[in-house]
Formats: sequence, C-alpha cells, structure tokens
Amino acid sequence: MLLFQYSPDFLRRLSYIHSLDLLFQTKYIHSPMICAEHLSKTFKVARRNSGLGEAVKSLFKKEYTLIRALDDVSFTIPDGEIVGYIGPNGAGKSSTIKILSGILVPDSGTCTVNGCIPWKQRQEYVKTIGVVFGQRTQLWWDVPVADSFDLLKNIYDVDDGLYRKNLTDLTELLDLGDLLTLPVRSLSLGQRMRCEIAASLLHNPDVLFLDEPTIGLDAVSKLAVRKFIKTINEEKKTTVLLTTHDMNDIEALARRIILIGKGHILMDTSFETFISRAGACSTDQCGADTSASGDKRLEELTASLYTSLGI
Amino acid sequence: MKLFFKYMAVIIKSRMQDKVSFFFGALGQFLASLTSFIAVFFLFYRFKTVKGFTFSEVLLCFSIALISFSLAECFARGFDQFSAFISDGTFDRMLVRPRSTVFQVLSQTMEFSRIGRLVEAAVVLVYALHTSTMHFTAGRVFTFIYMIAGSTTLFSGMFVIYASLCFFTLDGLEFINIFTDGAREFGQYPLAVYGKRVLQFCTFVVPYALVQYYPFLYVTGRSSCSLYGLLPSAGILFLLPCYILWRFGLHHYVSTGS
Amino acid sequence: MMKTYLSFFRIRFTRSLQYRAAAFAGILTQFAWGGMLILLFRAFYESNPQAFPMPFSSLATYVWLQQALLTLLSPWAYNKDIMDSIQSGTIAYELCRPVDCYAMWYVKNLAERLSKVCLRGLPILVVAAFIPSPYGFTLPADGLHFLLFIVSVILGNTVVISLNMLLFTTAFYTTSTQGTRMLFATVTDFLCGGILPLPFFPAAVLGVLKYLPFAAVQNTPFLLYTGYYRIEDAVFNIGVQVVWIVILVISGRMWLSASFKKVTVLGG
Repeated sequence: MLLFQYSPDFLRRLSYIHSLDLLFQTKYIHSPMICAEHLSKTFKVARRNSGLGEAVKSLFKKEYTLIRALDDVSFTIPDGEIVGYIGPNGAGKSSTIKILSGILVPDSGTCTVNGCIPWKQRQEYVKTIGVVFGQRTQLWWDVPVADSFDLLKNIYDVDDGLYRKNLTDLTELLDLGDLLTLPVRSLSLGQRMRCEIAASLLHNPDVLFLDEPTIGLDAVSKLAVRKFIKTINEEKKTTVLLTTHDMNDIEALARRIILIGKGHILMDTSFETFISRAGACSTDQCGADTSASGDKRLEELTASLYTSLGI
Repeated sequence: MKLFFKYMAVIIKSRMQDKVSFFFGALGQFLASLTSFIAVFFLFYRFKTVKGFTFSEVLLCFSIALISFSLAECFARGFDQFSAFISDGTFDRMLVRPRSTVFQVLSQTMEFSRIGRLVEAAVVLVYALHTSTMHFTAGRVFTFIYMIAGSTTLFSGMFVIYASLCFFTLDGLEFINIFTDGAREFGQYPLAVYGKRVLQFCTFVVPYALVQYYPFLYVTGRSSCSLYGLLPSAGILFLLPCYILWRFGLHHYVSTGS
Repeated sequence: MMKTYLSFFRIRFTRSLQYRAAAFAGILTQFAWGGMLILLFRAFYESNPQAFPMPFSSLATYVWLQQALLTLLSPWAYNKDIMDSIQSGTIAYELCRPVDCYAMWYVKNLAERLSKVCLRGLPILVVAAFIPSPYGFTLPADGLHFLLFIVSVILGNTVVISLNMLLFTTAFYTTSTQGTRMLFATVTDFLCGGILPLPFFPAAVLGVLKYLPFAAVQNTPFLLYTGYYRIEDAVFNIGVQVVWIVILVISGRMWLSASFKKVTVLGG
C-alpha cells in the first residue's frame, strides 16, 4: 500500500495541479481515491427583482441569470488523505461535494471516486461513502439516537458483528454513551454533530465528505470532532474531504488545502505553503503585524488572501 | 420488506410522542369527511335522487372515494409532501443512501392520522349497506373491494405525478389538487352525474371512471357485465406511467441541481 | 403608524405577485373546481327543478363568485406565519403592544388575501362571464344590489378576518396548532357555505345559521349580488354582519391583550 507509483496516468493528472509541492510532500500513492477532471457546472437562476413594478413585469416575462458554479475544476486526492476544501461562500464547494456524492451531474468533465463514477452507479456507490451536511440532519428527529443508528444499519445492510463493533468504537471515541437513548431533538448542536458523524461512519465508508461539520459548535465540541476525525483517518485510513470556514479545523486536520473561488481552483498546496502565501499577501496589504493572536491571525490571513485573489 | 416495517416502527414511535397532536389530527380528518357527508345528506334530503342513483348507492361511492383516498394519503404521504423534501434537503439525503428513491420516499413518512377519515368512511359504508336494497353476490363484493384497491393505487399514482413535477418546479403545482382532493370530493358521486365529457375524460385520460364508475354499475346491478369487475386493474396499471415520469423527473433534478 | 401598515401590506402584496406560475395554476384549479360543482348541481337540478332554491343561473353565479373571491372570504385562507411565530416563540421579537399587534396581524392577513384575490379573482370572473348561460357568471340583479354586494363583501371580509384573529389567539394556549387549525377550517368552512352553498341547507338549519357569524361571511354578499335577498332582507343580513364585527373585534382584542399579558407574566 505504501508504494510510490509514477504511472503515466498520474503524471498527466499531476500537470493539472497548480503547485508541485504536492509531488514532493506526498509520501505514498496507491491509486487516487478521488479524481476530479475538468468539472464544470452552470446553474440557471430565475431573477426576482424588488418593487411593485418589477413584480408586475415578472408576471409576464421570466428573466434568468446564469451562474457558473464550477469552471474546469480538477484535483486528485489519494487514499487516506485529509484535504481541506476552502473558499468563500458561493465559491462552488457545495456543488463539488454534490457532484462527488452523486447528487449532481456535471455539465462537462468526469470524476471517479474509488473507481466509481458517483452519479452512474448511485446505489452501489453510496454504500462506500459517508456524508455529513453541517446544517441538515440525517437522523430521525423524535426517536432515540440508537433507533436512528439501527435503521441506518438496515438501510446500509451492515453485518451485525461489524455494526456492533463500529457502534462500540464510535460510542467510545465520540463519548455517545449517554446520548444513545435520547431523541435527537433534545440534543444540543455539539451532541447532535457527534451523532451525525458517528451515523455517517457506521457502514465503514472509504471516503467521508464533511460539509461544515463544526459550524455553530462550541470550542469543546470542535476539539472533540477534530480529534475524532484525525483518529478515524489514522486508524481506518478513511479519505476525508473537509469543507469548512473555520481555518483552525484545517490547521488541526488537513495537510493539504484546495482553495476554490468563483468556480475555479486557485490553489492546491500544502497547509504550510498556503499560510506563507497568505502571509505574503497580508504583508503586502497592511504591513507585517504579529500582534494578533493565533486564531485571529489565521482568519485575517485567509481573508487577505481572498481579497488579493479577488474572490 | 423488513426494512419497510422498521421505518414504519420508527414513524409510529415518532408520532406517538405527541398523542394529543395525533388525536386532533385524526379528529380533524373525521370532521372534514363528516362535513362532506352532511353536504351529501342535505342534498339528498332536498332532492331524493340524482341521475337515477339513490342515497345509499351514492354513499357506497362516497365510502370508496374516502377509504381509498385516506389509504393513499396514509401510505403515499411522502409523495404528497415531496415539495418539502426537496426544499429542505431531505431528498438529497435520500440520494446518498443505498436504497431506491421510491422506497425511501414511501418510507419517509406515513400519515396515520388519516385514520380519522377512514373511520368516518367506514361508518358511512355501514350505514349505506344497512339502508341499501341491493343484493350482494360474491362477485359484487369482490368488485367492491377491488374498486377500493384500484382507487388507492390511482390516488397514489397522482401523488407520484405531483412529486415528479416537483423535480421541475415548485411553483404552480396547485392544479394537481383537482386530481387529488378534487377526485376525492367529486368522486363521492358516480362520475356519470357530471356529464358525458367528464366521463370520457375520466375514462381515457385519467382512469377514474375505470376504477370508480363502470365497476360501480356492476356492483349496483345496473350492468350485468362481470368483466367490469376487473376494470379496477387500470388503477394499478396507471402506476407504470407515473413511475416513468418519476424517473424522468429524477434525471432532470440530478442534472440541473436544486 | 399608517406608513408601517402600508409598507407591510406592500411587501406582502409584491411577494405574492412574484409567483405567477402559482397564480396561473390557482386560476386553473379554481376554474375546474367551480365547473365541476356546477355540473354536479346541474345533475341535481335535472332530478328535481322545483326543489332548487333559486334559478340555476343564480346558483352558477354564486359558485363563480365563491371561486373568484375564495381567498378573500374563506376562513382557511389566512397567512400561516403568525401562528407559527406564536408557537416558536419568535413572537417575542414582535415588540408590539397588544393593541397594535391586533391591527398589524389584521393588515397582514388582509394583504395576503387581497393579493391572491387580485391575481385570480378577476380572470376567473372574466372567463366565467363568457360561459353560455345558465352556467356562466351573470351581471348583478341591479345597481343597488351591486352596491350592497360591495359593502357586504367588505363586511364579510372583516368578519372572517376577525374570526381568524380568534384562531390566532388560541395558539398561545396549545402546544401544537395543527389540531385547532383543522378544527377551525373544517367547521367554519362548512358553516360558511364553502362545502355546500347555504341555500341548500334544510330550512330548519338555516333558521339557526342566519344569526351566526358564519352566514355573514360569504353567503350574504353572494345572495345580495344575485338578488336572492331583497332589500328588506339586506337590512337584516347586513345588520347581522355589523353586529358580529363589533362583537368579534372587541372580544378578539380583549382576548389577545390578555394572552399577551399571560405570556409575558409566565415568560412564554
């Protein structure tokens, strides 16, 4: 599994990557787990203008705006890596995740995840992935968490023994013991998110897509979630694609960052390179400022990088 | 399938959390159908017959419409509420699960409070049978039950059509109401009372007449053609084009995004 | 203060206009519904014309008016967000003194109803006017009746909204509004004539109903339009409308301010 392969295929894909840092930092490549090539997606959104006059006009003619959500997006993620997928709101992160999970079909380009094309073999494919949407729950609201887990076990057809083992491990790692008998609606956000993540791993997926998993969580819960993701990645070699606005999540988890803005991949580098680039932008803009604390510094750096990139 | 019953167990457990709400829901359903019944009663109080059909005969029609609609609404509720699933992202979650979308939509929710309407319809049915002068043969009883089955699948099919249309747009789908609630309200009377053109529409376009009217002629003895007893199969066959529309809509949804 | 109400109104109104597909679909639906009802009544008419309470063309006009003014006069056509906000507690953010709250909810309700009616009502009546008699929409009995009709519609609308206000206030006292809403919708709709036009009710039932607020909502205006109510009847029926408006509004406001006090005392 730890073979370093230079297949012609891989080299070809490599040329799409914006920075060659990755080539020197990746220690092992088996075959790419996630491989996105030239993904493009455009949406048609009906335009609704304000005001009474416009509203009457809209009765007779509908106007549309075309939004380019993704424009020639390509990247490769090898097995077992944790990648931070960042960018400002509306950059195209959700669309990418949707395509990778098989919910959306791109206008052009292809991608394979674990050898499958996500939208082509949906039912077979989704057995191998886990998805956590930060703002929407996958659990049943009024029944105990354990019941939701049991239902998911049946939906994913998980073997009894495997399920019990997973459940025990996840309960211990995420400290769910007291929560299993409570209905989801009575849980706090932090508790609920821990259950969500557990739910998405019950069937041992190879790939985990996390869409804003720490949004709205308190500091303690955030740390717990981060620690857990790192553990899962180390123990089970689950490939993780993490979307987040919290740069501390990235710092804690991802060695690699893919930055997307206005539908384009703008950076695909290691975390360190990202920080030094962002630092360079910040210095250009407002002079070196080392007085801010660590957390704020990350946010400021990222913000100034976004500004300098015009996104 | 075993999984379906597991879903059902979770839903029942969930509903039972709020028994008061459930009770009021069922009561509301009961009252809604009761007012429909009272309307029919008032009309027959004044008019005695309509197009040759008596009160108890019309009540048979009435009970079929209400029983089948409440069954369809109970089990196919997921399709009825589908616009909510699209707008709140529940359907996206279904796409990420390794089960067929139709199965998941069916299992997502069941509206057991519809039992209120079912109970009322059953009461009306008992009353109708009690006051009826008809002679019930095995064939007629079978046809009657088959009519209920056919109507239930027909209504479910209309819900599937509504849900499929939700893939294309969430606006302007109100007119489906005519084919669901409308069919329930107007289906309380034998379809012939509305005139020839309505009957034709309901025979060739949406097969309401094939499940509700022609078999009804056989059940009430107006026709001795026992083949009419098999016509409710049209209601079951109707699910086929509905399913095709669903697949088409799903394909569109996945291609254009939400 | 008036300006605030007007801006609430305008926002609601504009928002409803945006949904043109919904409006068009709504028109189609109501048109089909009205048509089927008339066909049903035709069947009953043919079985016994004598038992019909009014000329068939009057009945057809009643049905078309009912469809056209559906969102204006139906008890269930209120805006749902007010009850939801009481339930969820976001009503706490509406830092309104109870008196203003009543008026504001009233305006919101009215705006919702009016905007939908403007989009759908007129087209339905226009198309229905072209339907050959006796199935189509006809002109009013005479000028005076038409005037009384207009007055009566406004009064009827006030009655129905004040009934809605009472429903909204019940949300302070229940954990889930689904039950009360369904109860309200089914019972009042039936008693207003929404399921079966009131003239078809047995005389004994009508004898009681005419003193209740429900008949005052849509039945009175429609019967005035078709001339079923003569001028003498008009005096009585419009009087009933006015009396109920006074009773419902006063009691509604009192109950609402009492409910607010209860909520603020207990901390909602």
